[in-house]
Amino acid sequence: MAAPVNSQSSGNQTYGELVNRLLLPTWLVIGCLLLIPVLLMTVYSFLTKEFRGGIEWNFTLAAYEQFFITRGLFGDEPPQIEWTYITIFWRSVWQAALATLLCLVIGFPTAWFIATRPARIRPVWLFLITIPYWVNLLIRTVSLRFILRDNGPLNEAMMALGVISDPLPILNTDLAVQIGLFYSYLPFMVLPIYAAVERFDFALSEAAADLYANRWQTLTQVVIPVVRPGIVAGCILVFIPALGAFLAPDLLGGAKNFMVGSLIDEQFRGSQGNWPFGAAVSVILMTLVLIALLVQARNASRGQA
Amino acid sequence: MKQAAVRICNAVKRYGTVTALHGVSLDIADNSFFTLLGPSGCGKTTLLRMIAGFEMATEGEILLFGRDIAALEPNLRPVNTVFQNYALFPHMSVLDNVAFGLKMKGVEPAARRDRAGRMLELVHLSSFADRRPSQLSGGQQQRVALARALAPEPKVLLLDEPLSALDLKLRQAMRVELKQLQEETGITFLFVTHDQDEALTMSDQIAVMSQGRVQQVGTAREIYESPVNRFVAEFIGETNIIEAQVTAVMGGKADVTLPWGQKLACALGNIRPGRHALSIRPERVVLAPDGELSATVERVVYLGSDLQLLVRLKDGGNLTVRLQNAARATVPDAGAIIRLKLEEGAARLLAD
Repeated sequence: MAAPVNSQSSGNQTYGELVNRLLLPTWLVIGCLLLIPVLLMTVYSFLTKEFRGGIEWNFTLAAYEQFFITRGLFGDEPPQIEWTYITIFWRSVWQAALATLLCLVIGFPTAWFIATRPARIRPVWLFLITIPYWVNLLIRTVSLRFILRDNGPLNEAMMALGVISDPLPILNTDLAVQIGLFYSYLPFMVLPIYAAVERFDFALSEAAADLYANRWQTLTQVVIPVVRPGIVAGCILVFIPALGAFLAPDLLGGAKNFMVGSLIDEQFRGSQGNWPFGAAVSVILMTLVLIALLVQARNASRGQA
Repeated sequence: MKQAAVRICNAVKRYGTVTALHGVSLDIADNSFFTLLGPSGCGKTTLLRMIAGFEMATEGEILLFGRDIAALEPNLRPVNTVFQNYALFPHMSVLDNVAFGLKMKGVEPAARRDRAGRMLELVHLSSFADRRPSQLSGGQQQRVALARALAPEPKVLLLDEPLSALDLKLRQAMRVELKQLQEETGITFLFVTHDQDEALTMSDQIAVMSQGRVQQVGTAREIYESPVNRFVAEFIGETNIIEAQVTAVMGGKADVTLPWGQKLACALGNIRPGRHALSIRPERVVLAPDGELSATVERVVYLGSDLQLLVRLKDGGNLTVRLQNAARATVPDAGAIIRLKLEEGAARLLAD
């Protein structure tokens, strides 16, 4: 009697071992490329800055203090809240939020349009959406500089049409950063919403119309709630990278329109940088994003129940 | 005559070069259970969707209690639909699903909860009010769909093959329930199906459709016993179609010669002498020792309540015969020689 039971349990063990072995590459990749760097960054944020960039192994909260507190230019005044970096964070959050909203407003109808085309045509539209990704983001962002500048094609065209008489200063403003963010991340909104709308059962919108809902009510009370997971996924995929973006603010926003991404980027550049401070800003950014994701996950699970 | 609940005048529907409906006209009486019956692609669902407003008629009028609704958007038509796959809103509770139509009509929250609750009672689902549709079985979802469509008190309830996704037992139970519901509510039900049993068991009136045309309208008995043409005779129930020679037509009677030489007088005017199809229902052919037909049994098929005999007539031709599987019935074996008789009026001449 005992023998078959034993062989069965050992069979289960080998199966479990096999699963673990198959998961090993995944654990290696996540461990080496995600967990260790994040840990390293967290540790760095508590270390002391070396004079020429790099770190010294002395534990300190100086990096976080630098972020939140100021003691004046020479460090001899009573501590006050440091607004510089909080302002940069705040600008990043609302720029990213605005970009997300814009992407949603433009991306939803686009996704709807593609998903409601005949099945044969849809891949063509999706292909067109992905074409910009054939070119590196850096090159596309630099190209935007040429389009947006005072004597660039946008201003020239608007002047030729008589919309404006003098070139509109767009480059090096928040607007330019916004255009860059919106342009960079729009497909990340379109694709998940497309996937959700494509699975949408149009009998549901017929049922809503049959039950006296007008078009607006059908959209807000039936269509949007049903495709909500796609919308949420799109918003996360746009908001998070937009929050940490540094190409668009760097290249289009100029020096005045700093965002978090550029702030971090700067800390790790050459001998001017401050690694612990850059690491601390990264940790703060990551914490904010994690909190946002947790809140969203809780809302989603509440919506399910 | 009482005003029809729905009157369809010469409704035509074309999709590009394809014509789905060729000038359909129908009167659907108020407070009746009316069925559109036909094979898939006959245009019955198109007609239903035109009444609901999901399809626009290319030509023709659709009158709802005398008012032309052909140009109205679906949300402005006082009709409700039970969809084939129910189309329940997955993100709402059962109660909210049922209350949706009332909410859109602007009924107060308390009043609509009350009415939705009563509709759920009507379909025996009160204890499921807070569940999601995905937590219900197919039969329960079906009832929710019914309650949802009935809650706003439509003038006509449209049912698009609502039973086709259910298993046989449930389907049979729902037939009885649907008919009861129609009688209790007094709402006109317009039911679309390809299942003749459903049509025969529930309907006050049936319109048999084929290839975008109404072939015949009548009660279940009229459709079954007096089919006007070959399509109706073959589509409803089983039948023997026989090519017969009409030799003379006189005073509403036709003298007919069957292929095996037998002569009959059939009711039905409006047919000229010549070759015509003739329908003989299998249950109208009976075993009789003194029967005029001699035949060999080729096969016996056991159907439970019935037995089906496939016989070859001595004078040529095959017939299907249906016998009741009664306790005293003498069942011939395959190969036996039997005598058969056509019951009075068993043969029915068909227009084409």
